[in-house]
Amino acid sequence: MATYSTNEFRSGLKLMLDGDPCAIIENEFVKPGKGQAFSRVKLRNLKTGRVLEKTFKSGESLPAADVVDTEMQYLYTDGEFWHFMKPDSFEQFAAERASVEEALPWLKENDVCTVTLWNNAPLSVSPPNHVILQIVETDPGVRGDTSGGGGKPAKLETGAVVRVPLFVDQGELVRVDTRTGEYVGRAAKE
Amino acid sequence: MSIRVLASTWAARRRNKVSGVASWRPTATRAALAHRAELLRRTRAFFDARGALEVETPALAAAAPTDPHIASLYTEVAGAGGRWLQTSPEFPMKRLLAAGYGDCWQLARVLRDGEAGRVHCPEFSLLEWYRIGWDDAQLIDEVDALVRMLFDGHRAIGPIECIRYAAAFERATGVAFTAATPSTCASILIDAGASFPEQMPDAAWHDLVMGVVVAPTLGHNGPCFVTDYPAAQAALARLRDEDPAFAGRFELFIDGVEVANGYHELTDAAEQRQRFDTDNAARAAAGMPVMPVDEALLAALDAGLPGCAGVAVGFDRVVMLALGATSIAQVTAFGPPVGANL
Repeated sequence: MATYSTNEFRSGLKLMLDGDPCAIIENEFVKPGKGQAFSRVKLRNLKTGRVLEKTFKSGESLPAADVVDTEMQYLYTDGEFWHFMKPDSFEQFAAERASVEEALPWLKENDVCTVTLWNNAPLSVSPPNHVILQIVETDPGVRGDTSGGGGKPAKLETGAVVRVPLFVDQGELVRVDTRTGEYVGRAAKE
Repeated sequence: MSIRVLASTWAARRRNKVSGVASWRPTATRAALAHRAELLRRTRAFFDARGALEVETPALAAAAPTDPHIASLYTEVAGAGGRWLQTSPEFPMKRLLAAGYGDCWQLARVLRDGEAGRVHCPEFSLLEWYRIGWDDAQLIDEVDALVRMLFDGHRAIGPIECIRYAAAFERATGVAFTAATPSTCASILIDAGASFPEQMPDAAWHDLVMGVVVAPTLGHNGPCFVTDYPAAQAALARLRDEDPAFAGRFELFIDGVEVANGYHELTDAAEQRQRFDTDNAARAAAGMPVMPVDEALLAALDAGLPGCAGVAVGFDRVVMLALGATSIAQVTAFGPPVGANL
């Protein structure tokens, strides 16, 4: 199996640590005076999302994690698994709830998501940065009110609730930034 | 110095990282390089005025430092065979001193394998000089004068501080250096919220505590000179006549960054050979390559190296600190290779 020595450490590198796949967030080279050199590394555990700090002596190495980000289309859920497909090969993957949990409020059938595969099994799912979703429930729109202040809650077809301006109506399509959970604008009907 | 002068580098580098395209672009702005060039002119004038001779010595050598924590790069020279690239100009400069050439200085491009980061680069500029008949205390004053001269007009700098290694260790950790066993070092690191490898030789524990707990506290009010290193860390310094448990070695820290390393130089050929051998034994024990000892240096010491003090200043780091930059990449035309520890 491939390994990476501390000299090759850089942000984004995926490594196995204590049996879990991790991604390097930050690597600091520490070498006091004429002494031993170290790498102080901040890593994200890709299974739990937890950030941890580890220090290695220079020259130590860690096994590479077989982790790849792949664009996949979300197909459907059967309640137990969420099914995704590679658009080019039509190869399908079933993700467990734990790996899709964070994407669930934004997950709409046919949208293309980033599925992170570890040893060819879905580890986590990131929704597109922007999604277009229909409002299924909100107070009636106030015509002419284009002010930015205030707004009102609106429930979307995926179940997520976002704040939208007062003039937006039930049944309309809105564009939402999934990273912040914020309304970006109205979207034209498809 | 304004942020604007230094801005370009990290933004450019981040863009490249994202795009995955190797960048041809410099990591320092033109303004930063102009300031650097001006600081180099000041340095030259400083040593001219103080009567030290500017020299250049070979970058390739048949021998290499034995220090287990310095990795030399190796190359083949047609007709001559294997040669090591200098990690410091120290040995040839000492041969000049032994030949009676007097005080000398140089700005040398040196190379050290495996060193890259915010304040490390596998190749960097080392400002090194020697003073005949001086000891480390006298040289500390001159290093302080050099730093003030370079900072002038760029940033304010507070009064000089000199503190013994053991005192600096105790001040930052609350633990006497003599009590700093591996398990004590581990608890110091835990208290500081720092992680550590589980298995390490004793000396490495001290290095880690120094690097992540002690050093970051040093030199925030003015240049901080850490003096009287323990004999185990003497490197090429002579041990104190009055107390051989300590060495005539000092380091300078500014803003928590190590800037210089200096010695009241060891001049005894037999002791020098013994230290080389001890280093090489440690290398062999750790499964590292044993380095060819510099016989020319030992012969020069045999012939007689005058009593002297010498120091190496990381020029890139001083420029970085003077200009208020946060990485040496911002003050070198092309910083450490992208991907190397960044």
